[in-house]
Amino acid sequence: MAALQQITVDALKRSESQLAVQWHADLEASGATRNLKPEEIRQQVADFLRLLTSTLEKGGSANITTTEWDDVRHFLEKLSSQRALAGQDSQQTASFIFALKGPLFTQLQNAFADQPLLIAEQVLQMSELLDGLGLHTIRTYQKSREAVIKRQQEELLELSTPVVKLWDGVLALPMIGTLDSQRTQVVMESLLQRIVDTGAEIAIIDITGVPTVDTLVAQHLLKTVTAIRLMGADCIISGVRPQIAQTIVHLGLDLQGVVTKANLADALALALRRLGVTLTKAV
Amino acid sequence: MTVRSSGTQPIRIEQDVVLARQTARKLAQECGMRLIDLTKLVTAVSELARNTMVYGGGGDMDWQIVEDGLRVGLRLTFRDEGPGIPDLKLAMTDGWTSGGGLGLGLTGAKRLVDDFELDTSPGAGTRVTICKWT
Repeated sequence: MAALQQITVDALKRSESQLAVQWHADLEASGATRNLKPEEIRQQVADFLRLLTSTLEKGGSANITTTEWDDVRHFLEKLSSQRALAGQDSQQTASFIFALKGPLFTQLQNAFADQPLLIAEQVLQMSELLDGLGLHTIRTYQKSREAVIKRQQEELLELSTPVVKLWDGVLALPMIGTLDSQRTQVVMESLLQRIVDTGAEIAIIDITGVPTVDTLVAQHLLKTVTAIRLMGADCIISGVRPQIAQTIVHLGLDLQGVVTKANLADALALALRRLGVTLTKAV
Repeated sequence: MTVRSSGTQPIRIEQDVVLARQTARKLAQECGMRLIDLTKLVTAVSELARNTMVYGGGGDMDWQIVEDGLRVGLRLTFRDEGPGIPDLKLAMTDGWTSGGGLGLGLTGAKRLVDDFELDTSPGAGTRVTICKWT
């Protein structure tokens, strides 16, 4: 593969400041700088050009995975993860690199004005190099976004499992959203732990916030109920709405051994009755 | 019978089952389905989509909003290129499972919808088509 000519590198070095201005203008025009501070962009543009020319001067090969390109790669990794956090999309992040093509090719045109064959070759080389760097930016951006999503999922996992004490000896677990297996595991553990900690006799699982009760959800509920019983406590499932009840019947689920109630208030009333607590209205 | 609109969405990972349910819920609402029928349909979708993912090794869900005279319905096809079902009669028995479930998903789904069609052969994948009318 043909390498970048020294003239190309020189041209790049010579016109660094000019390139920076043009590049910055192109970035602004493409809308890739939205929500970003102008001075920050200017700094990043200048830093990247400096890194790029110094790497090329040192004779960095066309393969950007080699150690000569470490600095450039790290710079881009930092840049894309910062943009991912700032909420920029992948297109805006990638166009940081791709917007350099225009101004750079113009410079090459000037440098090789009298050598049309060479210019095509050099443009191709430069283009491949920038494509590689651009793709690297996207890859890193993707990774940063995935990290953000993963963290949010974990946060959600924690958030969605509050075990609340309704009365002395009565715990309630208001379930919300999808009961996929991983979350149900967390829920089950925290409920069982709280039963041990508080010595509660009755646990109420409220499924008002669960839109779909299918066989997997039912299986998780049945397992939880069995585990609670094994620990010597009782379990009531509340929030069984009419449409859920009918669906359970059609599915053929057997919840006969489980005490269920239509709403949380009824479940609490039942729990209190079992504990021998009577409530009277103050006159 | 005319098809008003249609689409496809992939079922590869666990989150796709949730997305399939959400799509079915949205489409059923568009059809003007009653809450009880909607809940039944979404539950059936949940079962079949999970089967596609767990037993079929992933596949796709095709949806169609169909019109037949005055009635409107939602027709969904779950297809995978998985191992297929060797013994259909056994698979359509309440309480039988080849995995670790309750063995009610497939039969339960059939009871929850109006039309249910299952096309499978060992090694050639599985196609389940269901339809619920408003």
